[in-house]
Amino acid sequence: MTNVSVTVNGQSREADVEPRTLLVYFLRETLGLTGTNVGCDTSTCGSCTVLVDGESVKSCTMLAAQADGRDVTTIEAMAHGDTMHPIQDAFHRNHGLQCGYCTPGMVMAAASYLQENPTPTEEDVREALEGNLCRCTGYQNIVKSILDAAGSMSGAPETTRA
Amino acid sequence: MIPAAFEYARAESIDHAIELLGGADDAKILAGGHSLLPLMKTRLAQPSLLVDISRIGDLSYVREDGDMVAIGALTRHHDVANSELLQQVAPIVADTASRIGDPQVRHVGTIGGSIAHADPAGDMGTVMVALGAQFAISAAAGATRTVAAGDFFQGLFQADLAANEVLTEIRVPKTSGGWSYLKFNRRAIDWAMVGVAAVQQNGSAAVALTNMGETPLRAAGVEEALAGGADPATASARADEGAAPPSDAFGSAEYRREVSKVLVRRALEETLG
Amino acid sequence: MVATEQYVGSPVLRKEDAKLLTGQGNFVDNQSMAGMVWMALVRPPHVHATIQSIDTAAAASMPGVVGVYTAADLETAFPAALPMVWPITEDIKIPTHWPLTKDKIRFAGDAVAVVVAETREQAEDAAEMVTVSASDLPAVTDLEEAATDEVVIHEDLGTNVVVHWSHGGGGDQSVFDSAPVIVQERFTQPRLIPNAIEPRGCLAYGSPAAGEFTLVSATQIPHICRVGLSIATGVPQSKLRIIAPDVGGGFGSKLNVYAEEALALALTRSIGRPVKWIETRPENYVATIHGRGVLHDCTLAGTEDGEIQGMKFVELADMGAYFQLLTPGIPELGGWVYMGPYDTKAYWYEFKGIITNATPTDAYRGAGRPEATFVIERLVDAYARRIGMDPADVRRKNFLPPSAEAFASVMGLSIDSANYEPTFDRALELAEYDQMRKEQQARRDRGDTKQLGIGLSSYIEMCGLAPSEILGALRYVAGGWDAAEIECRPDGKVVVRTGTSPHGQGHETSWSQIVADGLGVTPDDVEVLHGDTSVSRLGMDTYGSRSASVGAEAVARALEKVRAKARTIAAHELEVAEDDLEWTDGAFRVSGAPDKARTIPELAASAWHAHALPADMEPMLEGTAVWDPPNFTWPGGTHICVVEVDTETGKTDIMRYVAVDDCGNVINPMIVEGQVQGGVAQGVAEALYEEALYDESGNLMSSSMTQYLVPTAVEIPSITQDRTVTPSTTNSLGVKGIGEAGTIASPPAVVNAVIDAVSHLGVSHIDKPASPERVWRAIRDAQGGAA
Ligand SMILES: Cc1cc2nc3c(=O)[nH]c(=O)nc-3n(C[C@H](O)[C@H](O)[C@H](O)COP(=O)(O)OP(=O)(O)OC[C@H]3O[C@@H](n4cnc5c(N)ncnc54)[C@H](O)[C@@H]3O)c2cc1C
Ligand code: FES
Ligand code: FES
Repeated sequence: MTNVSVTVNGQSREADVEPRTLLVYFLRETLGLTGTNVGCDTSTCGSCTVLVDGESVKSCTMLAAQADGRDVTTIEAMAHGDTMHPIQDAFHRNHGLQCGYCTPGMVMAAASYLQENPTPTEEDVREALEGNLCRCTGYQNIVKSILDAAGSMSGAPETTRA
Repeated sequence: MIPAAFEYARAESIDHAIELLGGADDAKILAGGHSLLPLMKTRLAQPSLLVDISRIGDLSYVREDGDMVAIGALTRHHDVANSELLQQVAPIVADTASRIGDPQVRHVGTIGGSIAHADPAGDMGTVMVALGAQFAISAAAGATRTVAAGDFFQGLFQADLAANEVLTEIRVPKTSGGWSYLKFNRRAIDWAMVGVAAVQQNGSAAVALTNMGETPLRAAGVEEALAGGADPATASARADEGAAPPSDAFGSAEYRREVSKVLVRRALEETLG
Repeated sequence: MVATEQYVGSPVLRKEDAKLLTGQGNFVDNQSMAGMVWMALVRPPHVHATIQSIDTAAAASMPGVVGVYTAADLETAFPAALPMVWPITEDIKIPTHWPLTKDKIRFAGDAVAVVVAETREQAEDAAEMVTVSASDLPAVTDLEEAATDEVVIHEDLGTNVVVHWSHGGGGDQSVFDSAPVIVQERFTQPRLIPNAIEPRGCLAYGSPAAGEFTLVSATQIPHICRVGLSIATGVPQSKLRIIAPDVGGGFGSKLNVYAEEALALALTRSIGRPVKWIETRPENYVATIHGRGVLHDCTLAGTEDGEIQGMKFVELADMGAYFQLLTPGIPELGGWVYMGPYDTKAYWYEFKGIITNATPTDAYRGAGRPEATFVIERLVDAYARRIGMDPADVRRKNFLPPSAEAFASVMGLSIDSANYEPTFDRALELAEYDQMRKEQQARRDRGDTKQLGIGLSSYIEMCGLAPSEILGALRYVAGGWDAAEIECRPDGKVVVRTGTSPHGQGHETSWSQIVADGLGVTPDDVEVLHGDTSVSRLGMDTYGSRSASVGAEAVARALEKVRAKARTIAAHELEVAEDDLEWTDGAFRVSGAPDKARTIPELAASAWHAHALPADMEPMLEGTAVWDPPNFTWPGGTHICVVEVDTETGKTDIMRYVAVDDCGNVINPMIVEGQVQGGVAQGVAEALYEEALYDESGNLMSSSMTQYLVPTAVEIPSITQDRTVTPSTTNSLGVKGIGEAGTIASPPAVVNAVIDAVSHLGVSHIDKPASPERVWRAIRDAQGGAA
């Protein structure tokens, strides 16, 4: 067993886990934070994306032990009460999700990316999503949502649905 | 999928890592884990001990060192890509790092892990070979040695790196001329089906190939032709000399050979203007 | 509150989103229970082998292991094999398909044992320790090779050619001999892996003492699963509850009754503890159904000036190693649309279903119709090239005439309504077809490395499954009806129970729009419940673009019953005749005295407290409808793709993609557009990226998401969309269905574009997916081998 102590969504959480425990299962099973999904087992799909120290990471490809002492943010912490994060809100307004399985990963990937580049082009957004697969939406409305969120987060006028 | 059980130890220093590695039969260094953990999840790799070197202080840096730039082995692809220094004096390294995997991979994977893993489809090894980079390695009892990139890669996932050695620093020469790294893949997220690194060197160019054999390959035939005054179109016809590309779900060996010629020509056109 | 807005037809934002966006989705893997154990399957590394022995001792002694079971251990657990519900011919040969194989491994996903352990890790660890000794047999994954019966996969059947279905033909078959132009082509379409991003999984629990069990499963079809799993496990339908929680996409892959579901139920029954199983992705690639995997020999008979006279298709279809729920019926589903939107005089379609050593095939988005549309549209292009006509002109010349009424078609079924040319014209306009042709010519003249190609695809599809009577005639064992219940609560809120089982399609939103309009409330006042056989008692679930045309129509019909009852109560309370009431501004109002009114919430309260209802009226304002459609629905449209092909590497980039669809009336345009976008993306994937590749020994080479190329946002283009509206005559809503249209229309549009881009270099054929290597080879071969 190895002791893991992580700040998750602002709260410090600690547990003894098997060294092989992947961060995603630590979150889902040890801490009961099931918002982060698993889709591929090969580090491809990005469903499991969370923020570690503010940056997007595939939590299926990181040991809980690697996250020890660090700051993890999951989809559960994006909304504040009833107020969704601007990215979540943009996904809602632009129909950026269908089944919703890829969505937490998409939102977290977008959150990380928009910090790095608050004013992306469509092409930038598409490239920033290269590590996140969606089988439902064809990405069109996801890209639109993220561009819309970028606009509203940087205070520019929101683009509305065409 | 979950890795088979293993022990986990966190190294406090390079020497500590080397000591820990010596203590188990099939111990492995864990840097970012973005090559190792996927293998462990499929249980193709089942090390008994992981020595996590990621917390060793001061192995993540990019700094000038005379004519060279020194990059700490634990520097993440993301930080390599965004290093202003590299963007100015060795832009091919920064640019290539920005095209490894996806943003999430680049936030965790390290340049040292990339090189040590010696994956023939890896991008960074090829660039290192083209640049003639030097790798600093620490071994037991405080010993250190330096290996040239051209000698480092020995075979499929095989490098000149003993099980209890740590790659600590990558040194690349500053470049001033043209360069190009072309990565041919089916999807943005895929590894290179074929990759070509070209770097201008006193009027000619150094050229290396990704995924055209068991290691990153120097395109010796192309370089020879260029040295003999051939233009890119002519020289590139020799791109696959000595290559032994794989055939797999992404493309046949025959096709890879043809693509390597097209890419070498295009890379040379970019590099030599 | 009284709403006067019209919701149907407007882009109401989805009710489903909030929980999914905040990580509060209720996917099966998010659920666990006290005492729960984990199940892992043992799928040995053989493709085709005779089992000598299975050693479970080492696994059984691993930490945390509750039990290890082989088929022999579960002999009594399954009174019947896994169900296949579509024996399409009288003499079809049906392979027996047990949840665990007994004597032989017939494909890579065939499980020989199941491990139950306290944790996921322990189950996985122990599964690795089960050793199987088996002697390998030659494996056949190639269709034509399997058809020779050199290696017979199910000895008891005596052949791999287990079914031969013929449409029987329509029209004057002599044109295939007499027409001035006969075009013959052969097209292969590889196997595809559906890749819902949520893998499959289930959680079974219950009371062995009471004999009652519940299965929570990532399924599209809880109602059909209840029937199928009851047959396989012997749990009576009355004691079996199936719950489809939030389901992360299906595309047909969760339209099945799977071995793991039957095993989890059988094991919870014998162990008495909740049993959970979550599929890994590599497991998904071998153990969840595949799609496509077909080979067509095609003939088009026509005139020199572009009149199509006959279309004939003879298909070999890869069934895989066993039948899953609908396997042999999938090609037949395409068997009714092989004329496309064209007015052909003669029609012929037949197929043979072949057993191979590969994962069973079944419905993958479009199911049969993409296979058909691909070969029709490739064939029409080949015909256009042959007679030297623009492919757009050939299509326009042959469209079926418009009809607002249902009309008989040469293939024998009746088409609900049609108007293809306006859709086609709009697509050409949006694609700037003429300008693109000019640009193409300019690039050809310049000899550019990157050449432009324009691909057309006009399609029709048959969806809205289905009229039960026709299903019966086609030997499908179940019906095609669906059901809805509407219950008006005394607080003014409305509960709708639908028999459809959405997993991304937004039925909660669309159905509530219909109900809101009918009851004068807002969509937020309406709660749509689904996916639980104890909540939505009646239903036939979600597949085949049936939900709107069958399920929503059932909602509309239940709504009429509620409104009729409400009107009676209103008339009673307002002391007028029912005929004196009119429905305006969301209330029943007395004609001429609009202030005398009753809203539905008021009437719902009256019906609930039932203090003063009309004589003999039952309390509660509610209505149930079970709706069996009289016909299928027949959407259509035209998609146009413009690509740029790098003639040196063969790599294709999509420059422009236009989709103009006619799915009849639209309940929520935002959702309809989203369905098309997702469908087109899957079709683009099929056209350019995806294929399940097998090596010589029958192993799947594309065995994970790293080798099977599900495209990312970088590869998939944004598309330009529009619609025309030709209401369906099959249902009162006039809706046709849109879930599969994008996937049906797009593969030929893209492949036709790729071929068009390099046709001036002599290329006339490229197989799907048009990978860079295939395109490069086609160019090289056309240029006489010199690349
Ligand atoms: C989805 C995905 C896509 C990817 N795409 C690409 C791509 O396109 N191109 C590409 O080049 N790479 C790609 N990678 C691999 C990525 O670059 C990895 O980050 C890198 O190969 C390994 O770095 P790491 O720090 O994660 O090393 P680890 O996984 O931690 O280690 C890899 C190996 O190197 C050894 N090792 C690590 N560090 C050292 C050291 N300092 N000294 C000695 N031995 C060491 C380890 O023991 C192990 O054997 C991809 C990875 C993923 C998951
Ligand atoms: S589950 Fe982590 S990348 Fe797919
Ligand atoms: S919304 Fe279903 S996978 Fe993205």
